Amino acid sequence: MFNRDRWQEIYETIRKNRLRTFLSGFTVALGIFIFIVLFGFGNGLKNTFKQFFLDDATNTLWVSPGKTSKPYRGFKANRRIEFENSDLEDIKDNFKFFLEGITPRINRSARVRFRGESDNYSTRAVAPDHQYIEKTLIMQGRFINQDDIEKKTKNIVIGRLVAKDLFKKEDPIGKYLEIGSSAFKVVGVFQDQSGDREERLIYIPYTTQQLIEKNNDKINSIIVSFRPELSYTRALAFERQLRLFLKKKKSIDPRDNNGIRIRNVADQIRQNQRFAQVLQLIVAFVGIGTLIAGIIGISNIMVFVVKERTKELGVRKALGATPKSVIGMVLHESIFITTLSGITGMIAGIVLLSNMEDRLEEFFIIDPYIDNFTALVATILLILFGAVAGYIPAKRAASIKPIVAIRDE
Amino acid sequence: MISIKNLHKSYKMGDTSLHVLKGIDLNVNQGELVAIMGSSGSGKSTLLNILGMLDLADEGEYLLDNVLIEGLTETTAANYRNKFLGFIFQSFNLINYKNALENVALPLYYQGLGRKIRQVKALQYLEKVGLKDWATHLPSELSGGQKQRVAIARAMASQPKVLLADEPTGALDSKTSSEVMSLIQQINNEGKTILVVTHELDIAHMCKRIVTLKDGVIVEDQSVDQVIVENHV
Repeated sequence: MFNRDRWQEIYETIRKNRLRTFLSGFTVALGIFIFIVLFGFGNGLKNTFKQFFLDDATNTLWVSPGKTSKPYRGFKANRRIEFENSDLEDIKDNFKFFLEGITPRINRSARVRFRGESDNYSTRAVAPDHQYIEKTLIMQGRFINQDDIEKKTKNIVIGRLVAKDLFKKEDPIGKYLEIGSSAFKVVGVFQDQSGDREERLIYIPYTTQQLIEKNNDKINSIIVSFRPELSYTRALAFERQLRLFLKKKKSIDPRDNNGIRIRNVADQIRQNQRFAQVLQLIVAFVGIGTLIAGIIGISNIMVFVVKERTKELGVRKALGATPKSVIGMVLHESIFITTLSGITGMIAGIVLLSNMEDRLEEFFIIDPYIDNFTALVATILLILFGAVAGYIPAKRAASIKPIVAIRDE
Repeated sequence: MISIKNLHKSYKMGDTSLHVLKGIDLNVNQGELVAIMGSSGSGKSTLLNILGMLDLADEGEYLLDNVLIEGLTETTAANYRNKFLGFIFQSFNLINYKNALENVALPLYYQGLGRKIRQVKALQYLEKVGLKDWATHLPSELSGGQKQRVAIARAMASQPKVLLADEPTGALDSKTSSEVMSLIQQINNEGKTILVVTHELDIAHMCKRIVTLKDGVIVEDQSVDQVIVENHV
């Protein structure tokens, strides 16, 4: 294997049979290149999907009030249901086992001013748990905390784009913003993967919002997060119980589906995850398909190469080449070529992928990548199959009697 | 040098079997130049292939330089071919991507000689056949006669005991045929044992002994007055 003469012989053969070398090398390089690029694109597609759909916490129930559609216990139909602070407390008390976090939401929109700059922004009055539920990332300062809720402070957390619009390059922490007619102190800046709209929000402690609005205790909607280790059926059971509990409390007919609306994110996530699994399956299928195509390609080339060399191998045998040395030579050459070109193809593919980044974002491919292990395994597999594919015809060629190989057609 | 007794060989052709050699006895001494003649189908090429260990006999005894050639594995056959025999083919069978020197050096590679020695020896034999200046040329750049001379140099390079030539002039015109035969005679005169298979009478008469085959048996075995060919090389 490490015989210098053998290498010399192989080098000579390769140098003088450029087309053959190019064909087999190119097949391998192309096969592995396409595999890596396709696999990488598949991963990019998955990245996009994750960003679109799997951003928020998955273990949440979105509870919002509606209008009743049936009369019940003396109440007329078409009654508007409203949530208030006591509902939060009751849910906390009654569902301790399931509960992980809970937050109300009060959505408003207001004119926001800072010095000369002003614009309309949406505000969202929430509790501290909201940070986890929305997967809000704090860039600077902090999120709303329990202290803010209890003392009804005028502290706010603003989105990255709010800070950019109003403060330009100035540090917003500790500065005061005018929202509507009162001044609020910025205590944090956040970013959110979900997109620009989320980053143009302002978070306010919900108690503060209620204080401003004539000290009421009204809530727009409630978001509940349950313990993530709960099984899917358990989560559904929790949803059912919560619905019954709220209907009972708000005196809604248990058969009335319109009084309370609960959106279970777990349900949606389940569908999305299924879609992601299908996507993964397609990526794997495409990958394996390309790999098989590559293997078939290299096998064909090998059969062709050995066929082309039958006569030469016969001559070599007549001159004293043993079958072993003939097989060894053919294999040595093919493995050398496939290894070299396989690695070239692999590196080319990886380089292409790593230079892609977000350039294909409009085709829903973000940050395509392939892990080194997969790339290496695929390359080795192709080289291995190239060797096997070369071995079979080489063995056959070596076993043909030299006289048959040499015979003129 | 060569001694065969009662050699039989048949080929299976589907259901029927074709009996090609039907008991050949032949002795060839050191330094002989033997022509094996016969029309096509007489079994002369089969005989040569068996002598060259490219093919195996069904029956009979074959001694080469007092070594019994029997039950060879592919590997030992290859080693024997390499050590004992040199081949000259009708269609030259040079390796087309190797130049003249590399072709001549190839049997030396299979003898396990070092690169430098191979080069030196190969060049020596090329010089012997008068093609030293053509050492770096590819077979495609050589004439038919030149190719056959390279092939002869290649056959000689491993210093075999016997040279086996299968219709060495079959693909050449009469002038180059004479050149090649002249070279063969010259090598023979230096003491090498050579067997030439041919169906041309004039070529056969350039040898020292003619063995005629017909339908798988030797019908005639006679010494002849050798026609000496002028050396054009």
